[in-house]
Amino acid sequence: MPDVAIAGFAKAPNVRETEGTTNGVEMLVPIFAEVFAQTGLSKQDIDFWCSGSSDYLAGRAFSFIAAVDAIGAFPPIHESHVEMDAAWALYEAWLKIKMGEVETALVYGFGKSSAGQLRRVLALQLDPYVVTPLWPDSVSIAGIQARLGLEAGLWSEKDLAEVAARGTTQDVAELLDTPYYADPLRKHDIAPITDGAAVIVLSTVERAREIVERPAVITGIEHRVDSPVLGARDLTRSPSTEAAGKALDLDGVDLAELHAPFTHQELILRSALGLGDGVKINPSGGALAANPMFSAGLARIGEAAIRIHSGESRKAVAHATSGPALQQNLVTVLEAR
Amino acid sequence: MTETPLAAPLNVGFDYTRSTGPVLGRFVNALRDRRIEGIRGSDGRVHVPPVEYDPVTAEQLSEFVPVAEEGTVVSWSWCPRPLDGQPLNRPFAWALVKLDGADTPMLHAVDAGEPGNIHSGQRVRVRWADEVVGHIRDIAYFLPVDAEDTTPTQPAPPVADREEGAPVSVVITPVHLKYLHSASPEESTYLRGLAEGKLIGQRCPACGKVYIPPRGACPTDGVPTTEEVELPDTGIVTTFCIVNVPFLGQRIKPPYVAAYILLDGADIAFLHLVLGCAAEDVKMGMRVRAAWKPRDEWWTSLENISHFEPTGEPDAAYETFAHHL
Ligand SMILES: [Zn+2]
Repeated sequence: MPDVAIAGFAKAPNVRETEGTTNGVEMLVPIFAEVFAQTGLSKQDIDFWCSGSSDYLAGRAFSFIAAVDAIGAFPPIHESHVEMDAAWALYEAWLKIKMGEVETALVYGFGKSSAGQLRRVLALQLDPYVVTPLWPDSVSIAGIQARLGLEAGLWSEKDLAEVAARGTTQDVAELLDTPYYADPLRKHDIAPITDGAAVIVLSTVERAREIVERPAVITGIEHRVDSPVLGARDLTRSPSTEAAGKALDLDGVDLAELHAPFTHQELILRSALGLGDGVKINPSGGALAANPMFSAGLARIGEAAIRIHSGESRKAVAHATSGPALQQNLVTVLEAR
Repeated sequence: MTETPLAAPLNVGFDYTRSTGPVLGRFVNALRDRRIEGIRGSDGRVHVPPVEYDPVTAEQLSEFVPVAEEGTVVSWSWCPRPLDGQPLNRPFAWALVKLDGADTPMLHAVDAGEPGNIHSGQRVRVRWADEVVGHIRDIAYFLPVDAEDTTPTQPAPPVADREEGAPVSVVITPVHLKYLHSASPEESTYLRGLAEGKLIGQRCPACGKVYIPPRGACPTDGVPTTEEVELPDTGIVTTFCIVNVPFLGQRIKPPYVAAYILLDGADIAFLHLVLGCAAEDVKMGMRVRAAWKPRDEWWTSLENISHFEPTGEPDAAYETFAHHL
């Protein structure tokens, strides 16, 4: 089976609110152009297209169909979609190349989180019988998770502020001086609402070598799921991330891009993946800097890949999450080979 | 683009209607009797609410266990700005509550007034809804054990039709979402044109095709359409169907014709009505003209055109529009 590498990555400006449509075309057209300029490929060179987005975020059915216009999808293309973060679309594209069905693939994700009320829309990811009808919001569920760890002594509010401080000009003491937004969470513990999109070009390693000097070779990719029953899980851990990490070779990882929309979740993920102090965490700023729904996980893979391309990292791990309280997790290992 | 794109509220709503099956069915029927039942998992833990399959082993579960309506807060977070549909419309706590007799906690709301009144380990009890219907919302929220029920609970969710005395087998959850829907810059130009009685398409800079409504990206080239093209209100029917079936919300009495109209000079057809002749007289290639509503009813909508009607000119030859089908 051919090895697969990441040959290109582009992302839309991450902003609190765009004037664009929920079908993402305005965000996607420029970044497709950017990634084609970067790789020297054109749409005719792409064998398979795969995207991640959400109808609930867009407020209409089959919203991803309109986004397909951004590709210039005539004559007809080979295309697929996942109703999840586009990191899972990348997994599908990776399989297509592995199976020898295609040589190149373009993966994209997009979401206009600002169109609706994000923390309420996300309640629709929960159990539809006994949880969604209560409309628990994503921030509150994360707050319950954070407090479990705080009260168990697994982390302190200072630990959380230290995670946040990495991406701000404020120091830990200043952050701890701010009021609770949703006790026990402060504003700095919560990823901002972000409109955004990201695109990754995948190909066989041979093809990638023609495009970039140091392709980011995917040497491992695993995803696992935890129970949707929040009360049945130990929310202070991420067993699915642990299981995905165990199935991979993480020895020698020097950089990690972790998809943690809340500060305490970064601590859970670092521990689940056994990342030591020598590993550079989220040089991109991570989801706490920008959390465009349905593309933030894909962007973690892209951000790790470009640091392999540039020589900043030799072996990186990228993590993507989907669903409430880190329910589903995908872990990718990228290496310069 | 000089003008900001048009945007308007978009409210989406539906009653999410689900059959319950034996496990959740038993749970909601017990709630209607103001009782709570959990289920024993493969490892002996009692799960509340009951789960159909074991969260660890995925084994099918069936041993129901009654549990108390009092329990202990395991963890909580404060919700200072309640959202539509949440159990309380005043600030409250979300909490994982482990009911006495259960081993796993359930997520619900606690009416604590302020964050200082709640802590992990606190004892709470169910505040039943004033009207119980067989739904998770029959548990209106939790209260500190010694607190009084003071305020009326929110109205019960809708109930599916069922025979008198029959058990609850369906639960309904109303879903209402509010968005600010934005049109693209290209669509906005088109919609603003309609308000002035103009049909504005745009030409793709790459392939030269004229689209109405104009596209955020040409489906062939992936680039936004740019050059404005004002189109006449005449064109042809490319294809059509005769609607004979009545349906909810229908505005015209069947039979009537829904047709794809290709305006003269456009490269894409749009759906509209063809009236003004017998349904059986509509043909592919038939020449039609827009019937506009009175000018004082115009707004940024294609509804300004009430329908299309035949002009009486000779039909277009099939070869002239075959590639638009
Ligand atoms: Zn074109």
